[in-house]
Amino acid sequence: MLIQQIVNGLTLGAIYSLIALGYTLVYGILTMINFAHSEVLMLGAFMALGLAALLPAVFGTGLVGLAGMFILSMAGAGLINVIIERLAYRPLRHISRLAPLISAIGVSIILQNGVFLWVSTQSLRFPEPVVIDQVQVFGATVSTLQIIILAAALILMGLLHFFVEHTKLGKAMRACSDDIQTAGLMGINSDYIIALTFFVGGALGGAAGVLYGMNYGSIKYNLGFLPGAKAFTAAVLGGIGNIRGAVLGGFILGFLEVLASGYIPNGAQWRDVIAFTVLIIVLLVRPSGLLGEKIAEKV
Amino acid sequence: MKALLRWRWTPWVALALAAAFPMFASVLDAQYLVRVGGIIGLFMLLGLGLNFTLGYAGLFDLGFIAFYAIGAYTTAIAMRAGVPAPLALGISVIVAVAFRALLGLTILRLRGDYLAVVTMGFGEIARLTINNLDSLTNGPKGLQLAPWRPLSFVSADPNTQYYLLILGAVALGCIASNRLEDSRVGRAWIAIREDEIAARLSGIPVRHYKLLAFTLSAAFAGLAGGLFAQWEQFVTPESFVFWESILVVSIVVLGGMGSIPGVLVGALVLVGFPPIMQWKLSSEWINYRYFFFGLILVLVTLFRPQGILPSSRREAELTS
Repeated sequence: MLIQQIVNGLTLGAIYSLIALGYTLVYGILTMINFAHSEVLMLGAFMALGLAALLPAVFGTGLVGLAGMFILSMAGAGLINVIIERLAYRPLRHISRLAPLISAIGVSIILQNGVFLWVSTQSLRFPEPVVIDQVQVFGATVSTLQIIILAAALILMGLLHFFVEHTKLGKAMRACSDDIQTAGLMGINSDYIIALTFFVGGALGGAAGVLYGMNYGSIKYNLGFLPGAKAFTAAVLGGIGNIRGAVLGGFILGFLEVLASGYIPNGAQWRDVIAFTVLIIVLLVRPSGLLGEKIAEKV
Repeated sequence: MKALLRWRWTPWVALALAAAFPMFASVLDAQYLVRVGGIIGLFMLLGLGLNFTLGYAGLFDLGFIAFYAIGAYTTAIAMRAGVPAPLALGISVIVAVAFRALLGLTILRLRGDYLAVVTMGFGEIARLTINNLDSLTNGPKGLQLAPWRPLSFVSADPNTQYYLLILGAVALGCIASNRLEDSRVGRAWIAIREDEIAARLSGIPVRHYKLLAFTLSAAFAGLAGGLFAQWEQFVTPESFVFWESILVVSIVVLGGMGSIPGVLVGALVLVGFPPIMQWKLSSEWINYRYFFFGLILVLVTLFRPQGILPSSRREAELTS
């Protein structure tokens, strides 16, 4: 029972972590909450659904087809995020802190209702990517789907780590995150790095959307809101702006939710309340999060 | 346009026209519009309330509808327990303000965007709690309450009665907002919004005034919620979803943050437009409304950040 819950917690946590990374990367550079991130995740899932109908003819079913669907959805979600930044955030970057946030909420509403109006108002079945088997691990029943989700999430996190820590672009990203003006003086094109950050964050969000669709088997126009809000909680919990913190926060929140629904009476209907209460408590007790550094508010 | 806004009798003419509106509606055989008018009025109250938080103190709140819900449920629960209707409204205001003060005391030291997310979280906590707390709120099935018809001597139609009642509340709300705006308190809020550090250095107790603005907002929401419950005679958690909070924010942003006429026009446009479109064109229209709210939010922030009818002071702040 406990091991079963741990596996479920890991799966859910992996998805939250991927979403949280998207919030944290953007916040790290621009100190803004990309409120539309939850819609990028939703669009990633819808693109995967569209591709799932098209791709088998090209790549076949199996893992190659799955990987193709994954990579294309991620690229699509990343591009959407870049376009959002260009149109709705960049013009407001120097106006006030509130303006980009309002604009982001507007974008979020537009995207969600765009899908509602022109794609589907109902839940759509998300196809099973591969034939799902049940495997026994340490006495717990684990589906191959959970293994795929966890593996995909861990690979992406590994790639992100490599990109940020060991490539030149990653270095530029870290420089912008430290101090965007100074980075500009060192010859880094900050507009380009910001766009790149939105691309990477959006792609991770898109991947999380695909995994979310696989995990629950159906997708809907409003699927982004709850995981988006919770992943933001996870990012804050770990210390927003901090990449390791986002992963840690995502897994903690995933476990917390699974344990709450498993062990508290009526836990399932209270689990969202628990997640949001954790958010409020963390912000009050330790606003810089578990791994975040304390930063003085910029004046 | 500016001259019309400055003319001292404009608010009273507008009020008289609004009060006569049910008569026009019955001449036009469009009683439906009286109901729409009442709903617009409720959102004007909500907008005036949020205007203290968002417009005067510059605090971003994405869970404001929670206090509308608290007001509605308090009135419903009180009236079911036999409390007279006007007293139930008073209790609603007090309970909503108490919850708001409690929330404000704990979260107001957070920065702008964190505050937005925490209030959003609170909005969801409130809705889910109402939904799950079957013993008190009857969960998703909702609560029914006995009719209260306060203005039977004016009209037999309950929609007209509540329309007039809500209109009265909106008028009082405007007067209260206006008096506060020009008072010492209002000037302190504006000083904080323009430059918090300078305000602090000038001896304004910033935290105190922020909390005051944040808390006052809930009085309007609690009253609107109570009136809503009495009018509908039925409350369910479904009426208080996140999108309704967004709608109130859109009203204030579109109209012009910190501007009383702006908020009124914002509510008139955003709440009135969809049903009138639906009435004149087709029922399809109602589905498009949130899409347009989103578009309005983005376009207004990009191209007219001061809103439709900005307060002159706010306009000066943004252009300087």
